Amino acid sequence: MRNIWLIARREYHHYFISPIAYAVAFAILLILGIIFYANIVGAMLQQIAPGMEIVFGPLVSLLIFTTPAITMRSIAEENKMGTLELLLTAPVRDWEIILGKWLGGFLFLGTVLLATWLYPIVLNQLVSPGIEQGVLVSGYLGIVMMSAAIIAIGVATSSLFGNQIAAFFATEGILLLLWVIGAPSQAMGMMGGSLLRYLDMSEHFYPTFYRGIVEVQDIIYFLSLTFLALFIGKISIEVRRWR
Amino acid sequence: MIHVSNLIKDYGKRRAINNISFDINNGEIVGFLGPNGAGKTTTMRILTTYLPPTDGEVEIGGYNILDNSLEIRRIVGYMPETVPLYSDMTVFEYLMYMAGLRNIKSAETRVTEVLELVSLTSRADGYIGKLSKGMRQRLGLAQALLHKPKVLILDEPTIGLDPAQIIEVRNLIREIGKEHTVLLSTHILPEAQQVCDRILIINKGQIVLDDSTERLQTHLTGANRVMLKIRGHEIEEAASLVATTPGVTFVDIKEDDLLEFECSAAEDARPLVARTVINAGFDLLELKTVSMSLEEIFLELTRDEPLAPEFNETPGLDVEIEGR
Repeated sequence: MRNIWLIARREYHHYFISPIAYAVAFAILLILGIIFYANIVGAMLQQIAPGMEIVFGPLVSLLIFTTPAITMRSIAEENKMGTLELLLTAPVRDWEIILGKWLGGFLFLGTVLLATWLYPIVLNQLVSPGIEQGVLVSGYLGIVMMSAAIIAIGVATSSLFGNQIAAFFATEGILLLLWVIGAPSQAMGMMGGSLLRYLDMSEHFYPTFYRGIVEVQDIIYFLSLTFLALFIGKISIEVRRWR
Repeated sequence: MIHVSNLIKDYGKRRAINNISFDINNGEIVGFLGPNGAGKTTTMRILTTYLPPTDGEVEIGGYNILDNSLEIRRIVGYMPETVPLYSDMTVFEYLMYMAGLRNIKSAETRVTEVLELVSLTSRADGYIGKLSKGMRQRLGLAQALLHKPKVLILDEPTIGLDPAQIIEVRNLIREIGKEHTVLLSTHILPEAQQVCDRILIINKGQIVLDDSTERLQTHLTGANRVMLKIRGHEIEEAASLVATTPGVTFVDIKEDDLLEFECSAAEDARPLVARTVINAGFDLLELKTVSMSLEEIFLELTRDEPLAPEFNETPGLDVEIEGR
């Protein structure tokens, strides 16, 4: 446990001196702000009260597109710099490395998410009688669950590559696939269709968390995705030894 | 301390290490020599549990490499060939991080101690990215020493250092070797001769020589090989004359005016040979001790094609006698 925390802490600190992490945080907050402003102006013109969806909708898309840039270096860089050799010959277990890397990335993204609280606070002031607290809580819970899974996928992918750019695009590909995989479900039969819908990340967010509903099965889905990805990451480090 | 038997490592179809066995005793400093691609780094990576062996057995301090890999990592200090450093950390932060991963009690004191040992104290707060090659090398060594390892494995520890630093690091290794077992790889033969108690030469994944440095050196200078040059071309006649001189064990004609003979160090046949040759009416131009340096043994053992042995003069042992 100590090792996980040590690795996570170093990882977290690294994000704060890495320009890419700042660029990602800046991009998320800036784009979110622009969309937020546009939505507020639009809502005022149409005389309707905007809800939290004007924050959650764009935030989820931004996470899908930008988190691979946060996680791409996590293990790929250690591999390239040779520091992985240092970690793998220190008395640290393979899963502690993966878990530490994941935790560091997760905490960084958590910090960025914390900064997005600015928008609900502002929105709460603008609309009367304030925003729906239930949607706020469930929405953020969903986004945190999804972030855990996205970071885990990013770290696992990064462990498979010695090159950050390759890790970035591979992670992006996997995330987009998971985001749209449910789309052709209508065209498929009953069984195939529901399977694809189950695999689809958006199917576990928009119908539930996004609307203020918390379903255990969605939490299980994101947790399983996280564990599966971390497990693949651990195996990938082991395989690296055996290659 | 280190026990390796029948170690084999394959990278795909290529066999990097082909059935090597050796033992290293507690407190020994062993030099691992070999050309590039001989399998030095691979062997070291297996010893440090970075890579698993394809076959064979490796034990360090009584722990098996596959069953007790974490125990081995606790007692081994390792400095890889490309010194792994986080360039975004300061020297102190880096060592504190490594001390944390190694679960060192009172880490701060130990880190300060180690920094002193490798004389990097003045750069403790500097960023690693700004360090020179030599400093990085010393920091890598500091990292390997942090947990006072029983076994220290160093892959090319003096590469990239300036002469003064090389001497420093060599002294440091010798100092460490008094209490710890050290295995180091190097290209520099005099370094191995100076620092190590024992030398292992590896070529194409196989150990071609395993002997103590002391014995190697006596072997090298013990049996004297002497070159003899005469005027004229009756070398065969001279050779048969030399061969019959008591104490001479071997004669080899090199050129039409040059031959080499061997005699044991205990029974120095050189004066007798010189007298015999001169008395027989030859003009003796040169009589010189030649001996194989470690460098030549190394080249000899690691050469792809066996070539005719070439010997080098050893200055300081020359016996030059001018004939009439």
